[in-house]
Amino acid sequence: MNAPSLEARDLTKSFGKFTAVDGLNLRIEGTKCVGFLGPNGAGKTTTLKLLTDLIFPTRGECLVNGIPVRDDRKAALARCGVLIESPEVYPSLTPYQALEMVADLRNLSGPERRRRIPEALEEVKMSEWSDKKVGKFSKGMKQRINIAAALVHDPEILILDEPATGLDPRGMAEVRDIVRTLKQRDRLILMSSHILPEVTDVCDEVALINKGRLLFYESLDAVTSRFNAAGASVDATFARPVSDADVDRRIGGLTGVSRVERLDARRLRLHLPPGLEQEASLLKSLVGLDLGLVGFQESKSALEEVYLSQIERGD
Amino acid sequence: MATASPTPAAPAADGIAPRLPSSVIQSLRLARYQFRDYLYSRRFVLMLSIVAALGAIFTALVGYFRPAGLLAAPDVFYGSLWAGGVPIVIVFAGVIFGGDAIAGEFQNRTGYFLMGLPVRRAAVYAGKYLAALAASLIAVLVFALILVGNGVFYFGADALPLAFVASLLIACVYLLALLGATFLFSSMFKTSTYAVLVVAVLFIFGFGILQSVVTDLAKIEPWFIISYASPVIGYPFASTLPAHVVTHTSATGAVLGTSYNPTYLEGIGIMFGYFLLTAIGGLVLFEREEFA
Ligand SMILES: Nc1ncnc2c1ncn2[C@@H]1O[C@H](COP(=O)(O)OP(=O)(O)OP(=O)(O)O)[C@@H](O)[C@H]1O
Ligand SMILES: [Mg+2]
Repeated sequence: MNAPSLEARDLTKSFGKFTAVDGLNLRIEGTKCVGFLGPNGAGKTTTLKLLTDLIFPTRGECLVNGIPVRDDRKAALARCGVLIESPEVYPSLTPYQALEMVADLRNLSGPERRRRIPEALEEVKMSEWSDKKVGKFSKGMKQRINIAAALVHDPEILILDEPATGLDPRGMAEVRDIVRTLKQRDRLILMSSHILPEVTDVCDEVALINKGRLLFYESLDAVTSRFNAAGASVDATFARPVSDADVDRRIGGLTGVSRVERLDARRLRLHLPPGLEQEASLLKSLVGLDLGLVGFQESKSALEEVYLSQIERGD
Repeated sequence: MATASPTPAAPAADGIAPRLPSSVIQSLRLARYQFRDYLYSRRFVLMLSIVAALGAIFTALVGYFRPAGLLAAPDVFYGSLWAGGVPIVIVFAGVIFGGDAIAGEFQNRTGYFLMGLPVRRAAVYAGKYLAALAASLIAVLVFALILVGNGVFYFGADALPLAFVASLLIACVYLLALLGATFLFSSMFKTSTYAVLVVAVLFIFGFGILQSVVTDLAKIEPWFIISYASPVIGYPFASTLPAHVVTHTSATGAVLGTSYNPTYLEGIGIMFGYFLLTAIGGLVLFEREEFA
């Protein structure tokens, strides 16, 4: 079997005079998780809708596994699981029936569906609700059913638009677990998200768009090393207030520390040259000072830093 | 612009291999779930209440007044009550089941759930149509049962004329056409309320008014208006069919106006024509519909 792929070619979508997606070229191939990032209104949802033939491009085209979606949405979406912008299940159906409908339309065999429907409901922790009508469910419960519906046929490609929308903290962690599990099972996942730690946590690559244009598409490792080349900063938290004298003489004098910012009485931001080794030796020295160090972490994630700098540059 | 993949591609492990059903099978399966949704919906209760109310009024009036003319023969009885009542039932079924069938998919966002699946738009449209057809047929059959119940009471069980079967079949064709038309109108809107309102006004009053305007003012046969075809449902009971063109004259012989009755073929042709054109039109519209 060929590697799964998603592709946008010169993809452009205008709503009246406004161009929401502008000449987007993106080719994602293989089994991995790609985070799709961008500020509100950047065109993420629009792009995902174009990829799944919910809306039609003004110019350019989308291909799923090499099949143009406008020509044959049925074949193109056959191996995909799709969740875009919180859709609604028919309110009179129960979660089990809703997944049965999906399984029916996808032609899952009897044994497959008896295995997969309960599994999918368990994955989103909705097993105990499987016989209740969806109509009265809360937003987060409905979103869990939507996720289950996208997973029920064990898709090769998963297209998720902010899947954690409306979920409680445990639900968000569960979505992360689901994505991680899928990755281990060799799937291609394209997921839009505003939660950068989530992206850092589960994604292998990130694509960033702003104002309908692709700013970059590269691996998370590349993003991290690009950022780290510019120098790093860590936030150190102490059990007791740190005196100005200690800051100036003892901490400021440690090797590698180029500058110290005071965040509050017990927290300092330390700037240092790039490299994890630098951070490691700084941590060791700080502990050695015996000032009651209780916290030590990078001030911003590499992804966050790159995200903010790229978006700013565009504005 | 970076279009190359930053990390090398690896093939996916086999998932559940997709052997998708044909689009016809998909639309039938979809229809089954849609139909179940109709059965549990308030609109189905509303439709049955309308049929029950209509049936109750007919039963009560006939039972109380026992009009001799109406009860003279089964053909007369069915020809006026069934043939007069069932177009009303069908119009209401069209409005209630078809009015927001497509518009509601946008407004309630259920269409977004369906369209994420590997189904053609046409299969979704056809599935919804079939479900609405099945739900409407139930309403028509309940109405038929009420009238046949009355008929059996007055004329005995063996007096059900064969014409009733013919008339029921024609009524089904009228239902096909009417639902096709309401679906077409429904796919012109993305808000349920507008869709239902427009369809209701058009089909309950609009076409009737249009028909008299066309006949009286433009003085042409209104063969292009769907409701013009509906009297054909009663034709199987008639001993003689009404004249195609009727010229009304005053006592002095002056021509007052002309009215028209569809011929058998014409009426059924209008129904099939409406069905075909609205089905094609609705499908074309829905194919171009964006779930923005
Ligand atoms: N149907 C539509 N009609 C008009 N404009 C639209 C439509 N859909 C989207 N837009 C516009 O296109 C732009 C991109 O919207 P989109 O929903 O793709 O953003 P997004 O990146 O998903 O944002 P968010 O992070 O808030 O979900 C926005 O400015 C939005 O107003
Ligand atoms: Mg969005």
